[in-house]
Amino acid sequence: MTDAAQDISIKQAVEARLKKRHRAEQRFRLYGLSAILLALAALATLIGSIAMQAAPAFTAWEITLDVDLDASRAAPGVGQALPGSPEFEAAVRRGSYAGLMQDAMRDRFPQIEERSQLRELFGLYTSVSSSGLMNRVLDNPSLLDRQTTHTIPVSDDVDRYLKGQVTGIERVRNAGAAQLALADDGAASLRLNPALLDAIQSEAGEEGFGFGIDDPSVIVRFADGAARITGLQGDVAQAEILTPFAAGAGEASLLVLETPEANRLISDAQIVWTETLRDAGVITRGFNTYLFTNTDSREPELAGVLGALVGSILTMLVTMFMAVPVGVFTALYLEEYAPRTRWTDLIEVNINNLAAVPSIVFGLLGLAVFINFFGMPRSAPLVGGMVLALMTLPTVIISSRAALKAVPPSIREAALGVGASRTQTVFSHVLPLAMPGIMTGSIIGLAQALGETAPLLMIGMVAFVADTPNTFTDPSTVMPVQIYMWALNPERAWEARSAAAIIVLLSLMIVMNAIAVLLRRRFERRW
Amino acid sequence: MSVSHIVALILLVATAAAYYRGRERAMTVAGGAPSRLHSMPSYSGYYVAILTGLPAFALLMLYAVFGTPLIDMAAMQSLPANVASAPPEQIELFMRDARALAFGEQPSRTSALHMDMADRIAGLTRIATWVVALLTLAIAGAGLYLGQSQVSTTLRARNRVETVVKGVLLLSSVIAILTTLGIVLSLLFESLRFFSAVSPIEFLFGLQWSPQIALREDQVGQSGAFGAIPLFAGTFLITAIAMTVAVPIGLYAAIYLSEYATRTQRKVFKPLLEILAGIPTVVYGFFALLTVGPFIRAICEAAGFGVPTQSALAAGLVMGIMIIPFVSSLSDDVINAVPQSLRDGAYAMGATKSETIRQVVFPAALPGIVGAVLLAVSRAIGETMIVVMAAGQAAKLTGNPFESVTTITVQIVTLLTGDQEFDSPKTLAAFALGLVLFIVTLCLNVIALRVVQKYREKYD
Repeated sequence: MTDAAQDISIKQAVEARLKKRHRAEQRFRLYGLSAILLALAALATLIGSIAMQAAPAFTAWEITLDVDLDASRAAPGVGQALPGSPEFEAAVRRGSYAGLMQDAMRDRFPQIEERSQLRELFGLYTSVSSSGLMNRVLDNPSLLDRQTTHTIPVSDDVDRYLKGQVTGIERVRNAGAAQLALADDGAASLRLNPALLDAIQSEAGEEGFGFGIDDPSVIVRFADGAARITGLQGDVAQAEILTPFAAGAGEASLLVLETPEANRLISDAQIVWTETLRDAGVITRGFNTYLFTNTDSREPELAGVLGALVGSILTMLVTMFMAVPVGVFTALYLEEYAPRTRWTDLIEVNINNLAAVPSIVFGLLGLAVFINFFGMPRSAPLVGGMVLALMTLPTVIISSRAALKAVPPSIREAALGVGASRTQTVFSHVLPLAMPGIMTGSIIGLAQALGETAPLLMIGMVAFVADTPNTFTDPSTVMPVQIYMWALNPERAWEARSAAAIIVLLSLMIVMNAIAVLLRRRFERRW
Repeated sequence: MSVSHIVALILLVATAAAYYRGRERAMTVAGGAPSRLHSMPSYSGYYVAILTGLPAFALLMLYAVFGTPLIDMAAMQSLPANVASAPPEQIELFMRDARALAFGEQPSRTSALHMDMADRIAGLTRIATWVVALLTLAIAGAGLYLGQSQVSTTLRARNRVETVVKGVLLLSSVIAILTTLGIVLSLLFESLRFFSAVSPIEFLFGLQWSPQIALREDQVGQSGAFGAIPLFAGTFLITAIAMTVAVPIGLYAAIYLSEYATRTQRKVFKPLLEILAGIPTVVYGFFALLTVGPFIRAICEAAGFGVPTQSALAAGLVMGIMIIPFVSSLSDDVINAVPQSLRDGAYAMGATKSETIRQVVFPAALPGIVGAVLLAVSRAIGETMIVVMAAGQAAKLTGNPFESVTTITVQIVTLLTGDQEFDSPKTLAAFALGLVLFIVTLCLNVIALRVVQKYREKYD
């Protein structure tokens, strides 16, 4: 073998290996990129899924009732009591507003008389809503003895139905004529003309369901009435009447509800009434103001974040006024005054460790020291703010120290050189120059505290609070805890509420972080 | 507005007035020529203001903090012997009701004894408030008088003011120490009380966790067993899952960002990754509970086996996502700190970029990366909301990620969020768990910080 031949074989081997190495290089690079893309995909899924879950909660279906505020029922025994007087208020509080609203509902459906059906009818809204009507009368006594319209949210099940979250719906308008026949025993049957029969069979046929309670509901509507088909023999259908018919025959429309009645919380009859009310323009869709103007409630459609929002603001005020001054002072002491001794080393190590202590441990500290030892009130923004302040302190200290370190020594030396004292140098020259950095760090720390939940659970901010807190010692809750409580509620409607609250919280945090970024952009100086 | 509020307001005004008074006085002593003074006139102002306000405010603060317990203690002296010997939690409840009565709030129950105590508390509070108010104003007045009489051309007002400022700064820095001390002491103290009821051996090595204590003797299934091994196992399982997700993704992301990414890519990707770190944990919990959990369940049901919605896997996966930015940004720093000369040496030998990274940069950065991973582990162990919402409450000893498990933090929350008296072993157990959590995370942090620091020094 000659040297030349050997060279060629080595060259080939090297080239082959090089190709392999370059492929490995490409692969490695791809791993890195896909890791980042995977993380970003997770972020997108997180935000996307929450936004999708939240979207329905920002609109609400409302029902507008024509209420007759007859004084004998709205304010029994009011007599000549002057509006605003305690007697007047007592009389109004005695009024049966739930009853007035029920009457308004009955006026809409005079043909419904059966007790159980009426109860279902009144289930379209939550009776708690009647207190809103009472408050309107208290605020505006001239409403007494008048007709007024009152708008309330529909119940959460109706709301979810109207948003299409309960069942798939097939509608066939003017499907064909139907004729009603009532047997002596009260059983109803419908004679269907061929067109209607075809329509029903084409809806039901392929799936071949048997009109039972576990099958999709097929509802025939005509002449202000509605009936659910329970069986089919030739062109005669046995039917269960949901709303009595005004006439014996008419051109019918079909409503097919794909989820069987047994599998949903809203009955066929309620759906039919809801459809009727929506067609009449009584149930309408609007922006969900309840979410922002109401406090917490046991009813999802009435629950809002106002109380939690105010609680969060009060808590953050306490945190800000405690963590920022103490944090900045500590940073000043460590950076500008303290000689490097064992003692300052100890403080430094201690702060670094404190920054990594799990937040729940701060909650235990708050419970043991603030609540049990000092006897401070439970569930209060004051205690919550103090606990969060201790938790935020390391963040503020660390970022303030970084900001102070970034101020060049020449500034200090110049001030000291013209005869300023240490304190004068620090407070008149170093601190103002470090302020933007300090503010940025503090705002980021506060934004973190705003989203913190675990320590607040420990000090009892997890209680149900129906009032907006007014002072720092009122029982209250905060946004993240509100999200937690709503998310754990079993009814499906809470899911959307909770997601909507998350969107509100995230918006707040985005605003805070944007302010921090702006501050940095606007004032940051590089030396 | 209460008396204390009015006093605080007066004090605020007095302090401001004292500043002007001091400054004016300094100008007078100097005869209109400030250069004759030792310190600038405003320092005399500050000096007088500090003497006026500081001691008085300190007294008010002390009263605000210690006033209530002291008054309670004084009022309880009068309790009949048979009541005073009742269990402490009953007395506490009694005092709470009496307080509510005394201050016009709604008590949970009332009796003649309650009313009596309420009168006593109200009376004592009235007296104490007035005494403190008068004392505060007297101290403020004395301070003002003393301060302004001291103002002279030779008064070293600036030095004194600066000493006070320095003292305040020092005090602030002590708060961080006090916090740590408070954490250690409160955890230790409550844990000792717990260990007087339950032996530490049983707590640390017991296999059975069912903290419900039987209210009646014959109640079944409520044994009050405090063996924490299932909790440790659950915590470990979830942490392991989270790390399996976070470490590879975070590390590869860090390598890509520091070695391959262009300036623009870095500018886009890095803040986006950091958004993950800024999202509140309760949002991750929501995501795990309502999106990831049901998704895993649907997949498993399609594959033919049923699993609960709350599972270790759901919680671990989501926690892993949360920790990615933590691992990536720490590792990014560490990788960036590896000197360029090491890379250049490898390139000169003909190594490709990936070979350089794998065989030179990564080994050089390994200690720092280990430190970063340890910090991430400590973060995962202490994380609460995700596991509270998505991991479940069943204290099972299992290695199956599809089952629901419970963790230390979940149990702390569960034990402390119900209604219960404070002294039962059940609530105290939460503090013992907190102590374990604190010690474990502290050890991890100390080791991690030390490793990272040592490593930094090596290349500095």
